[in-house]
Amino acid sequence: MTTPVTTPASAPVNVSAAAPAPTTSPRTARKSARRRELGAAGALMTPFFILLVTVFLIPVATAVWLSFFSDDQPGLGFGPERTVFVGLRSYTAVLTDPTFLSGLGAVVLYCVIYIPLMVIGALALALLLDSGVVRLRSWAQLGLFLPHAVPGIIAAVIWLYLYTPGLSPVIDLLGKADITIDFLGVHTVVPSIVNIALWSNLGYNMVVFYAALQAVPREVIEASVVDGAGPVRTALQIKTPLVRSSVVMVAMFTLIFALQLFTEPMLLSQSTPMISSRFSPSMYIYDAAFTRNNYGLAAAASVVLLVCTIALSYGVTRWTNRSDAAEEDAR
Amino acid sequence: MSATAPTRTAAVLRPRLLGRSVVNLVVGISVLYTLLPVLWLVLAASKDRDALFGSDVLSLDHFSFAQNLKDLFATDGGLYTRWYGNSLLYAVLGAGLGALISIACGYAFDKYRFAHKEKLFGLVLAAVMVPQTVLALPLYLMASGTGLVNTFWSVFIPVLFNPFGVYLGRIFSQGYVPNEVLEAARVDGAGELTTYFRVAMRMLGPGLVTVFLFQLTAIWNNFFLPMVMLSDQDLYPVSLGLYTWNSAATVSPEYYPVVIMGSLLAVLPLILAFALLQRFWKSGLTAGAVK
Repeated sequence: MTTPVTTPASAPVNVSAAAPAPTTSPRTARKSARRRELGAAGALMTPFFILLVTVFLIPVATAVWLSFFSDDQPGLGFGPERTVFVGLRSYTAVLTDPTFLSGLGAVVLYCVIYIPLMVIGALALALLLDSGVVRLRSWAQLGLFLPHAVPGIIAAVIWLYLYTPGLSPVIDLLGKADITIDFLGVHTVVPSIVNIALWSNLGYNMVVFYAALQAVPREVIEASVVDGAGPVRTALQIKTPLVRSSVVMVAMFTLIFALQLFTEPMLLSQSTPMISSRFSPSMYIYDAAFTRNNYGLAAAASVVLLVCTIALSYGVTRWTNRSDAAEEDAR
Repeated sequence: MSATAPTRTAAVLRPRLLGRSVVNLVVGISVLYTLLPVLWLVLAASKDRDALFGSDVLSLDHFSFAQNLKDLFATDGGLYTRWYGNSLLYAVLGAGLGALISIACGYAFDKYRFAHKEKLFGLVLAAVMVPQTVLALPLYLMASGTGLVNTFWSVFIPVLFNPFGVYLGRIFSQGYVPNEVLEAARVDGAGELTTYFRVAMRMLGPGLVTVFLFQLTAIWNNFFLPMVMLSDQDLYPVSLGLYTWNSAATVSPEYYPVVIMGSLLAVLPLILAFALLQRFWKSGLTAGAVK
């Protein structure tokens, strides 16, 4: 395994060149084997990295580049003609635009409601299912998971109709009990969107947590039962800390997707004036790019959203790493 | 003495019994929460417009499932069939090809040593968290620069990119393909790529299916990219098509039953895929969750 490697700085791309010549000394044999390995690695990775460059790196670089330029003639490709360097002007425009700031505010509010509800709800359900007292467990799991198979736009359609007076049996029922509620009002619209996202993803995350709980060694749980811990204490103080890494992972992915909030409000905006065309940062980007054709503004907003996403994800990892370390120290 | 014994057992049992029923109640309500909207979709799809707007989807009158189905395929000259076919094409081909590409790359990350490996892997992981909305405008400009905008390829090529699949591929490769097998193949004089395609890929089967399913779901759900790229309705996937019909419904309500029926049919492929491939994706989830 510890072959002395004299790797060329760049991985060879040509695979056929790596065909082994009839070797004489073991050193050349090892060298050609090494070259063959690098050739195979290159061949297996090239398709993915071509995609990475074309649909990820170049677009990100283009977004950053565009954000520093102003282009009055949209639709001429990404060539540099007729574009003027404007420095941070687009950023100033975005960050002082009240519609962008209120979009950020809406997403922050959405995240603050949605993420704790999602993580706690999914974990609680997984713990309940793992407790062994639930009847028809696999059926319950299947039922909870079902919404994951419903595409986001269709989940939004279903709930939009359930929010619409005249169509919705929910509003009808509530009306019979003399409760009138406008699900798409000023204060209810964000919770209504949270509900759609929660409905769509609760079961999926529950399955992730449940899978992690299944991997907890049974001896640990038996030991805690012998020590006299009740089922609730076992769940909260023994099992939950042991599935920390999946809690972090779920929280992270939920956050990343929550920041991109687009599909649900986009659909609801067709039916309620409460959701403007710039309701969330992603909708703002779409509106700036494809309705107002202001590419510089859209690009600057994209970069701001990107930076926020990276900063928050980095914050979450740092924070969990630190509290991990603190926990280690405490032991 | 004899009277206290049963009471004590009952006292020990009672909270437990209570706990049990509370647990089952909570899970039961949650299941109702996830199932009832789907049930509503099924019931609403079988009702005509009068029943829909009367909010009484539960009654057995106004049953018109067949009629709604017929209307769906007749609306706008059978556009729905077209959209469904497009979605299947984008999703099945895209997920199949994408999974092969991602798994191969993840395998190479796991099995081979090369310069700057972990840095490259870090780049792949970073790509997972970049919002799609950030990439949309540059992708659109690139597509219009190359004349690909408003074609099948403008949607198909970007969806092949699945960095999370590479991450999963690396984990699966660690778990399913023992290094000894590769050593043995090398001793036998098999080429590296032959070993991958003949031996390793077979072992990676469940992982491949998992990544395929993840990507199938993502592409079937895809809405933002087609909306940006496509203006020709004939190229739309179901998601975007239903979105346009839904906006039409706010003006002309005869679209409502069509949207509902269309939504119901659009849910079926994923349910089918998840049901058929259940044992694969469950293992995939565990791999993603535990590591």
